[in-house]
Amino acid sequence: MGAAHSASEEVRELEGKTGFSSDQIEQLHRRFKQLSGDQPTIRKENFNNVPDLELNPIRSKIVRAFFDNRNLRKGPSGLADEINFEDFLTIMSYFRPIDTTMGEEQVELSRKEKLRFLFHMYDSDSDGRITLEEYRNVVEELLSGNPHIEKESARSIADGAMMEAASVCVGQMEPDQVYEGITFEDFLKIWQGIDIETKMHVRFLNMETMALCH
Amino acid sequence: MWGLRARGPGGGLLLALVLGGLLWTGGVEVEPGGAHGESQGFQVVTFEWAHVQDPYVIALWVLVASLAKIGFHLSHKVTSVVPESALLIVLGLVLGGIVWAADHIASFTLTPTVFFFYLLPPIVLDAGYFMPNRLFFGNLGTILLYAVVGTVWNAATTGLSLYGVFLSGLMGDLQIGLLDFLLFGSLIAAVDPVAVLAVFEEVHVNEVLFIIVFGESLLNDAVTVVLYNVFESFVSLGGDNVTGVDCVKGIVSFFVVSLGGTLVGVIFAFLLSLVTRFTKHVRIIEPGFVFVISYLSYLTSEMLSLSAILAITFCGICCQKYVKANISEQSATTVRYTMKMLASGAETIIFMFLGISAVNPFIWTWNTAFVLLTLVFISVYRAIGVVLQTWLLNRYRMVQLEPIDQVVLSYGGLRGAVAFALVVLLDGEKVKEKNLFVSTTIIVVFFTVIFQGLTIKPLVQWLKVKRSEHREPRLNEKLHGRAFDHILSAIEDISGQIGHNYLRDKWSHFDRKFLSRVLMRRSAQKSRDQILNVFHELNLKDAISYVAEGERRGSLAFIRSPSTDNMVNVDFTPRSSTVEASVSYLLRENVSAVCLDMQSLQQRRRSIRDTEDMVTHHTLQQYLYKPRQEYKHLYSRHELTPTEDEKQDREIFHRTMRKRLESFKSAKLGLNQKKAAKMYKRERAQKRRNSSIPNGKLPTEIPVQNFTIKEKDLELSDTEEPPNYDEMSGGIEFLAGVTKDTASDSPAGIDNPVFSPDEALDRSLLARVPPWLSPGETVVPSQRARTQIPLSPGTFRRLTPFRLSSKSVDSFLQADGPEERAPAAKPESTHM
Repeated sequence: MGAAHSASEEVRELEGKTGFSSDQIEQLHRRFKQLSGDQPTIRKENFNNVPDLELNPIRSKIVRAFFDNRNLRKGPSGLADEINFEDFLTIMSYFRPIDTTMGEEQVELSRKEKLRFLFHMYDSDSDGRITLEEYRNVVEELLSGNPHIEKESARSIADGAMMEAASVCVGQMEPDQVYEGITFEDFLKIWQGIDIETKMHVRFLNMETMALCH
Repeated sequence: MWGLRARGPGGGLLLALVLGGLLWTGGVEVEPGGAHGESQGFQVVTFEWAHVQDPYVIALWVLVASLAKIGFHLSHKVTSVVPESALLIVLGLVLGGIVWAADHIASFTLTPTVFFFYLLPPIVLDAGYFMPNRLFFGNLGTILLYAVVGTVWNAATTGLSLYGVFLSGLMGDLQIGLLDFLLFGSLIAAVDPVAVLAVFEEVHVNEVLFIIVFGESLLNDAVTVVLYNVFESFVSLGGDNVTGVDCVKGIVSFFVVSLGGTLVGVIFAFLLSLVTRFTKHVRIIEPGFVFVISYLSYLTSEMLSLSAILAITFCGICCQKYVKANISEQSATTVRYTMKMLASGAETIIFMFLGISAVNPFIWTWNTAFVLLTLVFISVYRAIGVVLQTWLLNRYRMVQLEPIDQVVLSYGGLRGAVAFALVVLLDGEKVKEKNLFVSTTIIVVFFTVIFQGLTIKPLVQWLKVKRSEHREPRLNEKLHGRAFDHILSAIEDISGQIGHNYLRDKWSHFDRKFLSRVLMRRSAQKSRDQILNVFHELNLKDAISYVAEGERRGSLAFIRSPSTDNMVNVDFTPRSSTVEASVSYLLRENVSAVCLDMQSLQQRRRSIRDTEDMVTHHTLQQYLYKPRQEYKHLYSRHELTPTEDEKQDREIFHRTMRKRLESFKSAKLGLNQKKAAKMYKRERAQKRRNSSIPNGKLPTEIPVQNFTIKEKDLELSDTEEPPNYDEMSGGIEFLAGVTKDTASDSPAGIDNPVFSPDEALDRSLLARVPPWLSPGETVVPSQRARTQIPLSPGTFRRLTPFRLSSKSVDSFLQADGPEERAPAAKPESTHM
């Protein structure tokens, strides 16, 4: 369907689905084609062509998120092999800035969606819980950009964060209680009161900026 | 240089009297003796006021200003309503009035030289050095627009409007041309960093709003300087001789001045960072470099007639990261405090002298229309300018500036000492109505600082402007924030945009790869990671609350409180295998040497519990892994985050975490730190209320000298016998496995087994003696303790009755006062 972008009908449909303007869709489509090499779908390998991505410590996780069925709203788990343009837009739409015209409820919803994206990235086995092992994994990757930080510190940081999460989410626990991992509800609790306006948005420009990125 | 123009000793005398200067009276009495006794030859005592006059007067003024600050804060009510800057101006007016009444000469005024060379740099440096960089650069576009376009707009509209009104004849007959009006407009247009900081600091609006107003006030300096210089030269050229070329030159000079100033600042920042990299062996003068080099950046750009404020601001902004990483923790603390002290002092003096300077009838020329219209125009055009620019900005900004924000932005446009200094600098020969300008500027400054400063707080409250919230840093928050940073930059990469995140990502990469390598010490490169910092900070907090919790329970036992129902469900029971690894062991080991020595020194004035409190906390400070604390994210001049030592003890750190991890693995998370702390507080409050318990009263005053001695002791024992961490298998254990018998109390009242690693210890004994005071067999005295014969438990035996009795501290004092070290010599001093 990527090739059919010229059909304004289709663009309008995508507009409705993702909330992007037609300009933005067009531009993103150009980018999509650039990434896919004029193919209708993108595979994981295509992301290797983005040179700036290489420096990103959690690169693999991010790329994986593009193919995550949960993010694509296609299923409770599993990975897609390839994504088409609509899927690409779906992922991108997670990062759309909150519209000023949106109502309170919608804002809350969009916030939840954004957090869910992050949650899915952490929860790599799709069991609805970020377990300690998963958390450690993420933290290790996050800190891998700094060669001076040893793995052990990363692990202990993850442990600390996990305990903090436990204390935030569960409060006082029974002695025998076991905290198995962060559920999405807990995850929301952790984010409670934190302003994410600036943290989770990318301003998708209407201007032509792609010339600078190959 | 302090504007001490025509002033004989009379002025000084008066000043001294105003200050209630007893010194002076003393001096007067000495003088006749010296003069009469030995009128010739060598004089034993001479009185040479003229000799010390200048520095003396300066010192006295500084003293007055500082004392005034103390005075203001005596009444919390006043300072919470009236901003300090307004109070200082009023004080200045009063003092000026007194000086005038006695002298009839305006002896003291704020001269431009003093202001620009000595008072302004520390304030601006402080602003730059503590600038929240991420916030600043994130809003740089907005700030620049307000600073450049906004200031030009204000200057032009104010000047032109005033000229228009002047042409209508409303102001009467004045010798002013269009250029004079524009000159006046340009100096009155700029929002003043000193005034803005002083007022906004107390208002606590949200950080985005704050950084915009604050950033604007700093960056508009270049515009002000250029406009001022251009119009001043135009005025001296005469209106007819100004050509188009001059105007173009003016525009060019704007870019030269602003970019040049910034460049000078960056170069000096680079230099400064590089220098601090190599100061390892000159720790003492390390902080000096920060001040000297940044001051040099200010002077250099002043010398090149570039924007000095921009230079020193950017010097501070750029160097902060590397300097903070390079210099030792003590030096960092010194820098912080010195900077805050200088800035705060300079600000105090500026406002006071603004008040004093106003008391001078010779500068006052009143023109109702001119003054009032100026006030109206600057407020109205500021508001219009803000609305127009915000409308433009909101199309590009991610975080929109709401109408409420715009109101605060407009209303926060305070004018201040920069305008005053500039107007005083004017040449009276060329600008015929200089005095009118000066008096109007003073009125404007007073109006904005006092009236707007006074009303902005209620306004902010009334409009319900989003306030800044100060929250504890959370590890999860930091981690997620970092994850999002990466995600966003990846999304920008993938979608092929060059956005904010892309640039930040590129910059941090460049910084890590090149800049940090050149500018940071190798050791510092390692530990500079925000996540690590927060982690360490939290770790430390945990440890402290852990100890506090332990103490709470210990002290509960100590006062034999049988109530266990309100105990927190925390179990500190170390598993048998890790008994010696627990924090108590660590503390005990390190404390024993110190604590015992300390005992005799401190027992006189504080209860045992508090002694212990201090010792343990101190020990924690000494031995726990310390974060380089991340500074408060919002700039604040008057507040400092608590200091920390730089003993980064990886050993402990890792062990600690391994411990935490183990306890976590066992999946028995039983402790909610916050709740524990809350409970602890409540408990303490309860105890305090319960005055029948002697030690429930916690002495609040801290004997300072004792504390220093203790520090010394700690250091000594530290150097002679570095803590042997290998002895501990596990470091600190925050969350030991939870066992169920915790809540089911032990009848003796002590159920804090952490402090009784030796299970064999007699429980009844522990009930009477706080476990940390009982010298268990596990205690390994330090070298120092061994050689010095530490105060032995004998001391405690003598303490015990005191603690259990309800007698006051004093009675004990009398009994034990004179021979504080005596127990150490007693041979029979064995374990209890």
